[in-house]
Amino acid sequence: MGAQLRLLRRRIKSVKSTAKITRAQELIASSRIVKAQQRMTAAVPYEREITRAVTGVVSNTSSVDHPLTVAKENPARAGVLIITSDSGFCGGFNANLLREAEALRGLLESRGIQVTPFVSGRKGVGWHAFRHREMGGQWVGFSRRPSYDDAKDIADALIESFKAEDGIDEIHIVSTEFVSMLTQNVVVKRILPLEVVETTEAPKDGPLPYFEFEPSAGAVLDSLLPRYVESRIFTALLQSAASEEAARRRAMKSATDNANELIRVFTQKMNQVRQAEITQEISEIVGGANALADAASGKE
Amino acid sequence: MAKLQVGVVSPEREIWSGEADMVIAKTVEGEIGIMPNHAPVIGVLVEGGVLRVKRGGDNDLVAAVHGGFISVAANEVSILAEAAELGSEVDVAAAKDALQRAQAAIEASQDDADAQLEAKRNTARLRAAGEEV
Repeated sequence: MGAQLRLLRRRIKSVKSTAKITRAQELIASSRIVKAQQRMTAAVPYEREITRAVTGVVSNTSSVDHPLTVAKENPARAGVLIITSDSGFCGGFNANLLREAEALRGLLESRGIQVTPFVSGRKGVGWHAFRHREMGGQWVGFSRRPSYDDAKDIADALIESFKAEDGIDEIHIVSTEFVSMLTQNVVVKRILPLEVVETTEAPKDGPLPYFEFEPSAGAVLDSLLPRYVESRIFTALLQSAASEEAARRRAMKSATDNANELIRVFTQKMNQVRQAEITQEISEIVGGANALADAASGKE
Repeated sequence: MAKLQVGVVSPEREIWSGEADMVIAKTVEGEIGIMPNHAPVIGVLVEGGVLRVKRGGDNDLVAAVHGGFISVAANEVSILAEAAELGSEVDVAAAKDALQRAQAAIEASQDDADAQLEAKRNTARLRAAGEEV
């Protein structure tokens, strides 16, 4: 067997095993998207209710003067929470995110605002560590299955830094929004100082009722606003988890397709080589036989 | 008589929703009972409280609710809990075990805030499950 033939066989075998791995990854990711989506849907009622409660409080107390809602006149420092994934094999997911984060950094710095990154996810942490960027906080190990406690950890760190005297003055969040299995968008949002997201549609039963508060409006706001921030971060984490799996599924699908295409090309090439070898062998045998026959007829 | 639309939600899932005649929860100011046509109110719930939802003929729905809020408006009651568990879902043996460990930790050092919180939570879980604590 020719050397080229052996080389091709080896190549095909290796590509085949790669295809098996990527195919398996694709299937795993597909089943995980469904779970991630379910978790996303399960978190919706809480977010809806808490948004309603915050809207209720804010619309009731005419002058909301809470540290978390007051924007500083000249913000000097900003925190940017970047939600990346822990593992790779998910195509451009992290690259897109980090590119957007860099763009935001550029924009803020052009306004004279110093940026401190807060990073969640091993990929983002590695990216910042490699560039010797100082991080305000880093969290790893839960990008695929974030729990509410993880969101709480992040929110606590951000709020603490926001409240500190020489801490950050505003907080932005760069994450991936899950639109559908095929579409995920990188979004940049400002979460603090708080802008309560109010629904644009008119409330169905007239204006919001006049609430009573237990114990007082200030106390309710004090404990409501951090919960609201946590809930926003939790939603972002869940969306990011679902998007990560969707990106991974897509990346693994195209990897499997490419591997199959390679196998096809190599198999064709291998058959050609084998056929060429056989043809050559036949012509050698025929040539040899003819030569022998000529020699025999020459003797007579 | 009008009924209350009640929803008990935690960040990770919707725990229960349905109709009820009366909702009793524990806020930082004390117990609050909500009946239909109650004035709109938003209250802060205590750590380790027990929520009771009275439903006409059916048995009461009891849940352990840890922190969060209750908001009432137009006969809709939402309980936003940081963590919550229905009485029927509580693993009684595990909760008792956790409570004992927490109490041991409190005896060891009085100012162990984590253990005190843990003890409160587990007491609430056991109460919700209908155990005497």
